[in-house]
Amino acid sequence: MSGRVLVGVKRVIDYAVKIRVKPDNTGVVTDGVKHSMNPFCEIAVEEAVKLKEKKLVKEVVAVSCGPQQSQETIRTALAMGADRGIHVEVSGKDYETLGPLQVSKIMAALAKKEDAQIIILGKQAIDDDCNQTGQMTAALLDWPQGTFASEVTLDGDKIKVVREIDGGLETIKINTPAVLTADLRLNTPRYATLPNIMKAKKKKIANVKPADLGVNLTSKLEVLRVEDPPQRQAGMKVETVEDLVGKLKESGKV
Amino acid sequence: MSALFKARKVLAVCLHGSRSLSQLAELPETHQLLRQTCRDFADRELAPIAAMLDKEHVYPAKQIKELGAMGVMAMEVPEELGGAGMDYLAYSLAVEEISRGCASTGVVVSVNNSLYIGPILKFGTEEQKKQWISPFTAGDKVGCFALSEPGNGSDAGAASTMAHQDGEEWVLNGTKAWITNSWDASATVVFATTDKKLKHKGISAFLIPMPHPGLSLGKKEDKLGIRASSTANIILEDCRIPLNNMLGPRGAGFKIAMQTLDSGRIGIAAQALGIAQASLDCAADYAHKRTAFGAPIGKLQAIQFKLADMAVAIESARLLTWKASLLRDAKKVFTKEAAMAKLAASEAATFCSHQAIQILGGMGYVTDMPAERHYRDARITEIYEGTSEIQRLVIAGQILKEYQA
Repeated sequence: MSGRVLVGVKRVIDYAVKIRVKPDNTGVVTDGVKHSMNPFCEIAVEEAVKLKEKKLVKEVVAVSCGPQQSQETIRTALAMGADRGIHVEVSGKDYETLGPLQVSKIMAALAKKEDAQIIILGKQAIDDDCNQTGQMTAALLDWPQGTFASEVTLDGDKIKVVREIDGGLETIKINTPAVLTADLRLNTPRYATLPNIMKAKKKKIANVKPADLGVNLTSKLEVLRVEDPPQRQAGMKVETVEDLVGKLKESGKV
Repeated sequence: MSALFKARKVLAVCLHGSRSLSQLAELPETHQLLRQTCRDFADRELAPIAAMLDKEHVYPAKQIKELGAMGVMAMEVPEELGGAGMDYLAYSLAVEEISRGCASTGVVVSVNNSLYIGPILKFGTEEQKKQWISPFTAGDKVGCFALSEPGNGSDAGAASTMAHQDGEEWVLNGTKAWITNSWDASATVVFATTDKKLKHKGISAFLIPMPHPGLSLGKKEDKLGIRASSTANIILEDCRIPLNNMLGPRGAGFKIAMQTLDSGRIGIAAQALGIAQASLDCAADYAHKRTAFGAPIGKLQAIQFKLADMAVAIESARLLTWKASLLRDAKKVFTKEAAMAKLAASEAATFCSHQAIQILGGMGYVTDMPAERHYRDARITEIYEGTSEIQRLVIAGQILKEYQA
């Protein structure tokens, strides 16, 4: 067993920023806007680092797919305790159309190349909310998956995962190698300590091109239009239940 | 262990090699990451509770411990003593970001780093460093600095607190005033006169644990601002400490105090920058949202001029602070620049917080918005660790020296 964990980290617009749609409706404004690590990816990194601190895994490798700035996101993961990073360079048009299918192909290729035992991803990214990359990666590798994990326990060559599902909590036991996706309550990510920030500077980030991994980035999806959600309308008060039913029927909702 | 030292040496060479004015234009990557980490901490952990901490005068014990775990409470202290082993530029960035979230937390961080740990790191024996610094790096213990007295603040040379030797002990008597962190501290650096005839050359520095027999605290001052940080008198009545609790040579107290304050000024400048920046953030955000005369008030030139003046004041003070830090890190003389930084930043803080209230109008006057707290927090930065008047004297003194024949 390699004892190696791959953690995917995505650079997204910071959660606190007010998103603005571009005037030409082709996307959202990203220039000059504050970016940070996807919050669910932070939770994924934290979980991987905790596994290493418990000596259950040997090495944590942080991976990010994107332009030059993705290296900042990898550095943050290194400052949190990851051992080394891999930056898969994707920029320009390819970056605009980069989606879960392409990323999962990259993650699968890297998992084979790095002989990874576990892949931990955030359950979804807060910019596209796809919630697909983990699942697709597992499918491409034909590995078991423990998604929406709120608790992860390593048990020999198996992993017990408590999953947050609509009906409550579901506990499963899966074999390794496996893909896990982190949900909100899995852990509370640490702030990087200053000594670790200093040490992060010395940790290696390897540069890789998707072509080197044999991955084709072409996307079959085309974004037609991006719009603001409709303005929230004011509600209204009614006097009686009959009035309420009447209004619901009027608006065609019943 | 030796691999760690080697690595730090390599890092130190790298940092020193790149130390130049270009650092004022763009910070090195580690410093950017550090600044972002502190900003995230301030946004998520400090800003949401700052109003409550201020209103109820609550010391942020949990947050100080978390900052300790990050290494922020002992930034300059070498790693082998439990610190973060970082430079003063990193320190001024950290204090600014922390203070932007909560000015009181910022001063607790600054006093522990610059005023308590600072002199011990510079003038202490190896044994003293282990005993008095290492336990104060994790955030569970903080220290304080006792120089001012009820009878003298700016006139630090006139210390009336006395220390005389009695066998194997020093005995201290006197009262110190306005001591930040006093009610939350586990140790203090105290300045007392050991040889009255030598005037300011007869002052020595001492280390006293807290609590300790013969040391008591006055009532917590009810202050205008930085209310989450405790300020009180320290009263010494036949307070007995071992002989090797003296810090530095006998009679070196005044020199130790002045050199310590030189560095402390950078910390306070950073705190003032944080307050000023928070005021600008508040005002600029409001200018986008508040409409009057049919448009956001940010469209009005009167408001725009205020925002521009605020930004210039902050950026110039910030560059002065960074320059003072870089000079100190390069082991060059930085007295004048530190005084300029503290003067500029504290006046920027009062100016910006004043203008922020003006931009917010009535909303600036109520506790619903943080502008009034920034106004109250800013005021002290022109007073402690050397009043603006003292800073001007220090600067003028340096200038006149430069122009001497």
